[in-house]
Amino acid sequence: MNGMKDNKEQSILPHPAKRERQWITPLKVVYTVLLLTVMLVIIALISLSLGPAKISLKDIFTWLIGYNTIDQTAWMILFKIRLPRILLAGLVGFTLSLGGVVFQALLRNPLAEPFILGISSGAAVGAIIGIFFGLGFTFGVPLLSFMGALFTVLLVMGISSRHGGLESSTLLLTGVIINAFFTAVIMFFIATTSDSRLHSMLFWLYGDLSQSKYVQLSIGLPFILIVSGIIYIFSRHFNLIVGGEESALQMGVEVELLKWISFLGISLIIGIAVSFSGIIGFVGLIVPHLMRMILGSDHRLLIPASSLGGAIFLIAADTLARTIISPSELPVGVITAFLGAPFFIYLLKSRGSQWTRT
Amino acid sequence: MDPDLILRDVYFRYDSQWCLEGIDFELKRGEIVGIIGPNGSGKSTLLKIMDGLLRIQKGEILLFNKPISRYRRGDIARHIAMVPQEETFRFSFLVSEVVLMGRFSHLGLFPFEGKADLEIANQSMSLTGTLNLATRSIHELSGGERQRVLIARALTQRAQIILLDEPTSFLDIRHKVETFELISYLTLTQGLSVIIVSHDISLAAQYCHRMLLLNNGVVYKIGEPAEVITADNISAVYQCPVLVDNNPISKTPRVTILSKRKDSKEETV
Repeated sequence: MNGMKDNKEQSILPHPAKRERQWITPLKVVYTVLLLTVMLVIIALISLSLGPAKISLKDIFTWLIGYNTIDQTAWMILFKIRLPRILLAGLVGFTLSLGGVVFQALLRNPLAEPFILGISSGAAVGAIIGIFFGLGFTFGVPLLSFMGALFTVLLVMGISSRHGGLESSTLLLTGVIINAFFTAVIMFFIATTSDSRLHSMLFWLYGDLSQSKYVQLSIGLPFILIVSGIIYIFSRHFNLIVGGEESALQMGVEVELLKWISFLGISLIIGIAVSFSGIIGFVGLIVPHLMRMILGSDHRLLIPASSLGGAIFLIAADTLARTIISPSELPVGVITAFLGAPFFIYLLKSRGSQWTRT
Repeated sequence: MDPDLILRDVYFRYDSQWCLEGIDFELKRGEIVGIIGPNGSGKSTLLKIMDGLLRIQKGEILLFNKPISRYRRGDIARHIAMVPQEETFRFSFLVSEVVLMGRFSHLGLFPFEGKADLEIANQSMSLTGTLNLATRSIHELSGGERQRVLIARALTQRAQIILLDEPTSFLDIRHKVETFELISYLTLTQGLSVIIVSHDISLAAQYCHRMLLLNNGVVYKIGEPAEVITADNISAVYQCPVLVDNNPISKTPRVTILSKRKDSKEETV
């Protein structure tokens, strides 16, 4: 049996042309990024045309190429209400999905997502305290929320570090414990609030992009660009980490340095994203897995594809959230969970937990 | 020529108890050294300190006459490759992708493998008989196939020294022999220096130039296979009665385990 199988080994060499497709080339990355960017622009334009006020895609197109004019109200709706929200949804989706793919690699855990170290609960405590004391949604609440996120991450990393090293299982456990503690704090505030602030709190906890402003974009964008650039430089390091920290170290990865840089960098931008959007679940879990199934596990392709995929997914989800029960709105986290959970169960049932590519 | 790797009076401990005490060892160019010893005697730890993965507390390790602590990780990876006992990939990689990971330390700022890297990976896969697995997922492979892929990855690192941690443990007898044949072929043709941890004492004795018998973190005996593998040494260290005679073909020592029940069948290691 074994002998028969091995005889084939000598004779059947893969066809050279076919072999070429087995590894990632820069061209493949560029094509994938271009394709996803085109999809992103299309989704954004469609989203721009949808909403209670009827402004058709055709109107937007003809205006863009100068054939048509749009009135003041339409201009306000497009550029003061819808566009900042679409851009922020894209930026948040990009960040959450990037966080997911990096944490899954670093923690070597398919269930890891950007909130796994307790960032979300820390941010939530900050935000809810902000809402409780009636702070504004442009600066006050995001600032407190960001501080909460950062405090939590530093706490978790501080507890988990031993002799300058970060141990993955300790990180995960600490994250779970911190989450449980902060959930209690959140419940305390929710239980003691009864007026309209309660509605704001619940919306925040399920993700809410209705407070989007350009100023938030301009604060978040530089950090997110810098961190994702740094992460991309290390993209091939993550491939080796997936095979185990020790063998990655053996093959030349400075594992501890990589972990510190990545955990801090990703936590920083996740903290920023969450402070503007609230807790939007599932994006950082599903999008990386979906991309991994389509494109394979090489992070040089997976990281840009997941980030852009996350942006596309969240823009689509948020468009649904604001139009599906119009003129009223759903928290976007409801949509992502509603779509995400069944999809994830489908993946688990049909693929098993191995995440192999067909 | 100076030895590739020198250990001088090396001490290592994880916690309070010494795991390795006073290890003196030299690895010469083109030599295969087998490390044997009971479970927990410190074989894997010894490999890891040789690779600089663990930091020693006392003594000195010289890699090409320079203390290993003064190398950066990427530089060590270009000089020493390691085949681990086993490795679990949490996400599915293709075999070709895993083998190409061996090129990690050779790539510069531009993080993509070029034609030369692909050529090296192809050669390693063809030497280890894994070319036909190239498009398979690492998850679909049997234990033996996976071990050969890890050997291919180590070869792709193109290092002077290769350390193997029980590379034959999941292999059937044919692949055990082929692994040792490959190692011996590589040392002959490319002058690699190899250290191999193995429980297949008799097989290792056929291929190794020297053997190191480790007992409780101390070198019990080091030398040519015939000097190290004697009934007295093996029985004393493994605490198990054995009979050592010569392999009729290769004339290298052969270990036979003597079971406590006289009438039971005896087994050769």
